[in-house]
Amino acid sequence: MQMALVIDAGKCTGCKQCELACSYVKEGEFNPAKSRIRVFDFHQDARFVPYTCTQCDEAWCQQACPVNAITTNERGVKEVHDSLCVGCKVCTIACPFGTVNYNASTGKVIKCDECGGDPACVKACPTEAIVFMDVEQAGFDKMRQWAAKTDNAASAGQ
Amino acid sequence: MHHVILGAGPAGVIAADTLRKQDAEAQITLISGEPEPPYSRMAIPYLLSGQIDEEGTYLRQDQGHYRNQGIDVVHARAGGVDSENKNLALEDGTELSYDRLLIATGASPIRPSVEGLNLPGVHSCWTLADAREILDRALKGDDVVLMGAGFIGSIILEALVSRGVNLTVVEMGDRMVPRMMDETAGAMLQRWCESKGVNVLTGTQIREIDRGKNRVDVELSSGKSIPAKLVVVAAGVAPNISFLEASGIKTGQGVTVNGFLRTSAKDVYAAGDVAQGKDMSTGAFSVLAIQPVAADHGRIAALNMAGYQTPHEGSLNMNVLDTIGLVSSSFGAWEGVKGGDNTRMSDEHAYRYLRLEFDGDRLAGAQAVGLTDHIGIARGLIQTGLRLGRWKDILMKSPERLAEAYVATAQGISTP
Ligand SMILES: Cc1cc2nc3c(=O)[nH]c(=O)nc-3n(C[C@H](O)[C@H](O)[C@H](O)COP(=O)(O)OP(=O)(O)OC[C@H]3O[C@@H](n4cnc5c(N)ncnc54)[C@H](O)[C@@H]3O)c2cc1C
Ligand code: SF4
Ligand code: SF4
Repeated sequence: MQMALVIDAGKCTGCKQCELACSYVKEGEFNPAKSRIRVFDFHQDARFVPYTCTQCDEAWCQQACPVNAITTNERGVKEVHDSLCVGCKVCTIACPFGTVNYNASTGKVIKCDECGGDPACVKACPTEAIVFMDVEQAGFDKMRQWAAKTDNAASAGQ
Repeated sequence: MHHVILGAGPAGVIAADTLRKQDAEAQITLISGEPEPPYSRMAIPYLLSGQIDEEGTYLRQDQGHYRNQGIDVVHARAGGVDSENKNLALEDGTELSYDRLLIATGASPIRPSVEGLNLPGVHSCWTLADAREILDRALKGDDVVLMGAGFIGSIILEALVSRGVNLTVVEMGDRMVPRMMDETAGAMLQRWCESKGVNVLTGTQIREIDRGKNRVDVELSSGKSIPAKLVVVAAGVAPNISFLEASGIKTGQGVTVNGFLRTSAKDVYAAGDVAQGKDMSTGAFSVLAIQPVAADHGRIAALNMAGYQTPHEGSLNMNVLDTIGLVSSSFGAWEGVKGGDNTRMSDEHAYRYLRLEFDGDRLAGAQAVGLTDHIGIARGLIQTGLRLGRWKDILMKSPERLAEAYVATAQGISTP
């Protein structure tokens, strides 16, 4: 069983509680700019899309890192190790989803790590637009499918 | 099956790890031409700025990694390849036979024909050995001249500034990073550097370097002469292919490869800075000497070596640069494509700039200064060729809505 963040944008009302919870848990401040999850706001359409790292199989960020500061843990989550990260930002241009971001105040990068298996955004979301569940059950998230398209190589033997 | 990987930079190390993942039984030899454990050149600037020590540059932090993976690391230099008999000649006189060979020897700095480049106090910044020299010589308050403000030069610039030296940068092009960004961005970077106390001389050449007392004198095309304790040369790099001259392996700008990173010789592959791989923006085969390409090449070449036919569809040229706190990036066909449209947003005062280049309604290239949020989306959009439809028109007016355009297009949201 592999647990993952599953996002149903249709249920999102744009309250942005997830952004606040994330920045608070991760940075100790209510600052959406430092949240690992972002809600895109298409107000004319009344559509809101929570957006974060899908822990994609290709892990472009991890592959591009020159000092091995990003590793995949036993749950398939790609984690940045601050003690190793030199802040070169290569991962921020390598991730085709733009979900690793540079944090100028620390000189390191930030990305979703699913809070070690207990994601704060899920707890903060009042409408279950973000849930943490078994991916097999949830079916594939759309974002993950684009990941495959972005791959340079047919992932033979991977 | 004996896989020999020549070169222990990121391309070589990723290839070795990938081969091991695919084949638990194969014999894997990784040859490094330098005495240190396999390391990452691009971590050198952070060694210079004191953020990490030498160990922090190692590609694998776990000392036992190679032993645990059954990868034999050999420190030796190759002098030639006999592709007929599948033999590698090492400079120490020994030979090594291979079943499959990966050439991942990277590149070396170009030494322009300027008199005095061999004087003590003049160094490239390419290896850990170079870094030690620079660490010794570039101390707080020292006069340092940097030759070249290309992408690598500008990264070194940042590291030198962090050491508190008195820095002059000499670039013969009309702007900083001329092969990474346009005039607007280059001028912005220059203005920023100057505001931080760095002396940037563009459109200027170093004519000659003369020996002085405990220093060198750098003679410029402008007629000026500047004294320096250290001159750092960053005038471009060229692939390490000279040892292949008699090998029968075809080379051009770098080692010639096909769409599977295979060379002209049987069972010989090439990857990284040394390989002339496919550029997805131009469709041409050219050397793209950047870390992410070395990583991609290493992985894909290794899959092919392990017997999994894996095409390399082409790499995207992309760079990110931090210049004393001003972050800039460029992607793909940032200069535009024939018949395409472009849009620009610029705020000189705030040091912000964004230029997008389109091919029809697809993103073909991008460059950004002072904008970092979700910037990787530029790569995703260019590489997937996602059709932006109506969002292209929105971006033409508001290029800063790039991330929104991506998310909306992918979610099927068509109105802004
Ligand atoms: C200061 C600096 C900063 C950089 N910053 C960035 C950056 O920010 N972003 C980015 O994308 N790229 C950056 N780069 C470039 C990046 O480091 C290279 O693209 C990358 O290292 C290429 O990897 P590679 O494995 O192809 O070659 P290399 O890392 O050059 O490795 C080549 C290996 O081959 C060995 N070798 C060479 N010749 C022989 C021989 N005859 N016999 C045996 N072994 C041999 C070498 O010893 C070495 O082990 C930077 C480079 C430098 C120097
Ligand atoms: S940050 Fe990007 S590249 Fe890294 S795992 Fe997440 S989606 Fe993949
Ligand atoms: S910014 Fe940090 S995590 Fe990202 S590639 Fe550079 S060293 Fe690795």
